[in-house]
Amino acid sequence: MFYWLQKNLPRIVISPSFAVILWFVYGFIIWTFYVSFTKSKMLPRYDFWGIQQHFRLWSNMRWYTAVENLLIFTVLFVVLCILIGILLAILLDQKIRTEGFLRTIYLYPMALSFIVTGTAWKWILNPTLGIQKLFRDLGFTDFTFDWLVNREMSIYTIVIAAVWQSSGFVMALFLAGLRSVDDEIIKAAKIDGAGLYSIYITIILPMLRPVFMSSIVILIHISIKSYDLVIALTAGGPGTSSDMPAVFMTQMAFHRSEIGMASASAVMMFLTVLAIIVPYLYSELRRQDASR
Amino acid sequence: MLKQVLISTAGFLFATAVSLSPAMAGGEAEVLHWWTSGGEAAALKVLKDDFAGNGGTWKDMPVAGGGGDAAMQTLKARVVAGDPPTAAQIKGPSIQEWDDEGVVGPPYHVDAVAKAQNWDSLLSAQVANHMKCDGFTKYCAAPVNIHRIDWFWANKKVLDAHGLTMPTSWDEFNAAASKLQAAGIIPLAHGSQPWQDATVFEAVALGVGGNEFYQKAIVELNMDALSGATMVKVFDQMRTLQGFTDEGAPGRDWNVATGMVMEGKAAFQIMGDWAKGEFTNAGLKPGIDYYCLPTPSDHGYLYNVDSFIFYSMDGKSKIEGQKLLGSLMMGKNFQKVFNLYKGSIPARLDVPMDEFDMCAKGSAADLNYSAMTGGLQPSFAHGMALRLAQKGAIQDVVTEHFNSNMSSHEATRRLAQAVKASL
Repeated sequence: MFYWLQKNLPRIVISPSFAVILWFVYGFIIWTFYVSFTKSKMLPRYDFWGIQQHFRLWSNMRWYTAVENLLIFTVLFVVLCILIGILLAILLDQKIRTEGFLRTIYLYPMALSFIVTGTAWKWILNPTLGIQKLFRDLGFTDFTFDWLVNREMSIYTIVIAAVWQSSGFVMALFLAGLRSVDDEIIKAAKIDGAGLYSIYITIILPMLRPVFMSSIVILIHISIKSYDLVIALTAGGPGTSSDMPAVFMTQMAFHRSEIGMASASAVMMFLTVLAIIVPYLYSELRRQDASR
Repeated sequence: MLKQVLISTAGFLFATAVSLSPAMAGGEAEVLHWWTSGGEAAALKVLKDDFAGNGGTWKDMPVAGGGGDAAMQTLKARVVAGDPPTAAQIKGPSIQEWDDEGVVGPPYHVDAVAKAQNWDSLLSAQVANHMKCDGFTKYCAAPVNIHRIDWFWANKKVLDAHGLTMPTSWDEFNAAASKLQAAGIIPLAHGSQPWQDATVFEAVALGVGGNEFYQKAIVELNMDALSGATMVKVFDQMRTLQGFTDEGAPGRDWNVATGMVMEGKAAFQIMGDWAKGEFTNAGLKPGIDYYCLPTPSDHGYLYNVDSFIFYSMDGKSKIEGQKLLGSLMMGKNFQKVFNLYKGSIPARLDVPMDEFDMCAKGSAADLNYSAMTGGLQPSFAHGMALRLAQKGAIQDVVTEHFNSNMSSHEATRRLAQAVKASL
């Protein structure tokens, strides 16, 4: 009896959460798939309606705006966060005295919720309150910075706020990575006459491949889920110019009585995540197998 | 210290337990609403006290935030789980939309109360119709107020200073606005949030297009009207109005825009009569400091009726509570006091108006006149004219047009297309 318990205790402890996840995550994913093939309006209904909802989704102008914005946002957000994160990490890694203090400052935006970030940037970027007014009051009367109210540029304001919030986190990841690089390698490279720049580019950064991978995955899933930041900063506006898929989905599901179409858009978001995660997992698992 | 906290917590829990104990004769009611701030909360407290005074047990279910967005999520979850609240703040065609899902009735318990109190004679036919389910035959909701949407709120001092009077046609407004703009005043205080763009749009559609056009295009969704030449004119006027707004308009909250009118930075705002609360709180008087007059139209009147829907209930106590709630909501006293707080006018026609201010009195008089001439129309922007999917489709196009340089023809074409796709 005791032996049996000892052998199975881990499984017993883990099984409730396993069952809960199986039902509430995977069960609901399947449920959402099914609902996207029904005529559900205000409440879910279960009579099959074929791919009509997907058809309606892809003939909706707002959805195209949302998808386009997601692409713009994801690319810029991931690239900028990683660039700034690496730069900050490298600079902080130069054994400077106030590192602990500076690290806290850069990491601090992460402690704020996206709602707070969005609201703060909404005021900063508002042309009649923020930066533009500041510069005009200082005498630069022609100064214009109206991205927040300019429908061509509004999506970039979301990028600015999101990068401000998340690049510190990426910095922390890379800093940890840099600390794990063996000093001996760097010393050896220096003896061989390599400059600091080429040491970083050709030796250290390629060694940080796993850090790149994990930050990219984390950043991409933040960007696909991004909802609160958009709501707080632009609420999808001006017009619907800064719509994102998550915003679109919530609107359809809860304000428009279009649960079927909302599910269809959720399925699209899920497939997007899947398209990124599966190759990543595949390559990582294969590498693990190979190294075994 | 800790001990004190523990004792007071225990005391609080005990008190809560007592107050939640099963109800007496009046039954129990759980009411989902999003009237959690200032005047709205005070207004609702009148109903709570009324309910408790009649021996009922009121279980408040306020869901704050987002003008009801958060509340809708809670509500749907509760209804899907088979545990709907006694009543929820639902209005317009959404009432019938819920009924279609089969969760309102039969048996429509409140209908018995409505028949007994003869609601048909207390409400205007149009408002009464909104409250009925089962093919518009049985009452399943109760109205608490009527908001008018098509108002101009204007700063009197600013108009006087420039020798202007309240415009009686859109052309007059455009002329006045151009004059103000030249003088460095923002003619139209506006927040370009989708619902505010839609609010302005419907006032323009009613004014420029006329009552019949509004009825055909916005209420009946007649494709010819939606894509016709009149609609192009409506969008033209929207474009003109956009030129009268300032750069900070996108995303601005409506009350901030109202503040601009109060301060004299801007001259006009188009907004429902909840804007009056802002003026009143600042101690300003209608007719002296500001004007509240309808936007130009042929005696049109866009109404927004707040109401509570009554879901299908099981259990004697809950049904009793629901009936009591329905009868109190239609009570003369509640309708008066509630609307004095809220800035709207009573849905019941026989409530004396003498305690109300001149804006509300004007609104009540216009309502009766418009009801006779066909100008009384449901507000689409506030969910009275259309179901949510169609409302959303129109709103998308309106806000896209207003916040871009889309041509009126293109907007008209997209409008018809979007409505067709949403049906």
